Amino acid sequence: MSETAERQATSERPGGPAHAKPGKAALSEGKKAERRLALMLCAPAAIVMLAVTGYPIAYSIWLSLQRYDLRFPDERQFVGLDNYVAVLSNSYWWTAFGTTMFLTVVSVAIELVLGMALALAMHRTLVGRGLVRTVTLVPYGIVTVVAAFSWYYAWTPDVGYLANIFAGEGAPLTDRWPSLMIIVLAEVWKTTPFMALLLLAGLALVPDDLLKAAAMDGANAWQRFTKVMIPVMKPAILVALLFRTLDAFRIFDNIFVLTGGSNDTSSVSMQTYNNLIKGLNLGIGSTMAVLIFITVAIIAVIFVKLFGAAAPGSDQGGKR
Amino acid sequence: MVMGTVTTARKTRWALLDIVIVVYALIPVLWIASLSFKTKDTLADGNFIPREWTLQNYADIFATNEFIRPLINSIGIATIATVIAVGLGMMAAYAIARLDFPGKRALVGVSLLIAMFPQISLVTPLFNIERELGLFDTWPGLILPYITFALPLGIYVLSAFFREIPWELEKAAKMDGATPAQAFRRVIAPLAAPGVFTTAILVFIFCWNDFLFAISLTSTEAARTVPAALSFFTGTSQFEDPTGTIAAAAVVITIPIVLFVLFFQRRIVAGLTSGAVKG
Repeated sequence: MSETAERQATSERPGGPAHAKPGKAALSEGKKAERRLALMLCAPAAIVMLAVTGYPIAYSIWLSLQRYDLRFPDERQFVGLDNYVAVLSNSYWWTAFGTTMFLTVVSVAIELVLGMALALAMHRTLVGRGLVRTVTLVPYGIVTVVAAFSWYYAWTPDVGYLANIFAGEGAPLTDRWPSLMIIVLAEVWKTTPFMALLLLAGLALVPDDLLKAAAMDGANAWQRFTKVMIPVMKPAILVALLFRTLDAFRIFDNIFVLTGGSNDTSSVSMQTYNNLIKGLNLGIGSTMAVLIFITVAIIAVIFVKLFGAAAPGSDQGGKR
Repeated sequence: MVMGTVTTARKTRWALLDIVIVVYALIPVLWIASLSFKTKDTLADGNFIPREWTLQNYADIFATNEFIRPLINSIGIATIATVIAVGLGMMAAYAIARLDFPGKRALVGVSLLIAMFPQISLVTPLFNIERELGLFDTWPGLILPYITFALPLGIYVLSAFFREIPWELEKAAKMDGATPAQAFRRVIAPLAAPGVFTTAILVFIFCWNDFLFAISLTSTEAARTVPAALSFFTGTSQFEDPTGTIAAAAVVITIPIVLFVLFFQRRIVAGLTSGAVKG
């Protein structure tokens, strides 16, 4: 907030009180020029973003109200909400929805705990801090598909070291629950470092004095963590949770490589993709796209409502 | 920090924990690398370390268009998208960090929304739009969505970096008679270079990693990138097990990422966490 005030102060300074009369006119001239420059600078980015997201999402709402199958283009017609009825009364959709929710909740929960531990380790380690930070960036940076293939082969019977140790004679990627666990593993491995880095940034804001004072007053390590660190870190935790939850809900790459969506391990993104590429059904595919969009919006709204002023939307809106 | 004297025991405990973290982070990478060096006969032995080493898998992938063409696509598409996204992002971030104008909050809000946008929601409409415009299965057909999803990240990170720049220099330039645009080009842009570079790395990683758009909006090797091509690999001949070649290709596209991480660790961490907490 103080930043905004400061910014205003700086922008007013050129007009300064020294030459009051001509200064005023020059100020509004300058303001206009500033606005024009700002709009010119922002326009290209804004136009690209709106053209590639705004228009297609509107178009996909329009498509979702039609029967439109590329295999039978002649039968294209307006059908109102029929597609929505078709999707929402379909058990495959709800299985995929449940799977997606399960994967999202479980992996984000594990990531939060592991990420916090990793952040604390990176923050406090006495040796090799640079090494640890460098190494944790590897999972973040690596191509998801590459990591997914690594897990896939690791769990393939005979070929993989993990399958040979843990799975005995079975093939874990051919059963639903083992598959889901492996998908969670792949997801957690890949994104925990990102979570940890966001939390680490929050951790850096915790004042050492506060921790020392708490220790003096007899707080043990766990109390210092829950009563001092967590409250200070709350905004960082919320940002990390929101980002990761919405990101996890889009899960696609890992499932595509690990199971291809077989044995009811398909996510909503997988279902939509299959409908488009294998089914070439634009009407149904668009309906799913709109439903996913709505779900993500609801999740975001819940986050903002639950956490009020601390939520990233309001927070960053104020600061940017 | 609340800690007593630093003892050797303490250091050892931290070192052990560090080793656990290093192992955690590197095992899947080492495993895929190990697979890529295994000979065809030992591929299915389940050993973590190859018993017989070979470079045959690498020779195989670089002998076919099946890999070279997607590699060129990946490099070209990611580079072009990065340059454009960072260019546009720089302009917008400068305005956001520096100028006062109506609609700033709306712009930030929209880009935040796009950052969280479910990409699959765009795949179906974009598929049809691109088909009709003739962009399907072309470089621009992938570059456009990449720019769009890279822009929020770029604007986000860049505006955080731009706020750290000593703006008195800009004022000095203006006093010397430079227009705001000149001040941007001559004074601020060079100062902002490290931030811009960091952003470029993050954006490049994003484009390099994308899979969903890459398999949905392409159908041939004309624009298919490596992550997408990997899932279509068949090996040198139709009936061969592609494990070794997939592993080799996977290692090749992992190398640039590992190099970025090794050389620019500090910057990448700063970029990823800028904006996340303090803004």
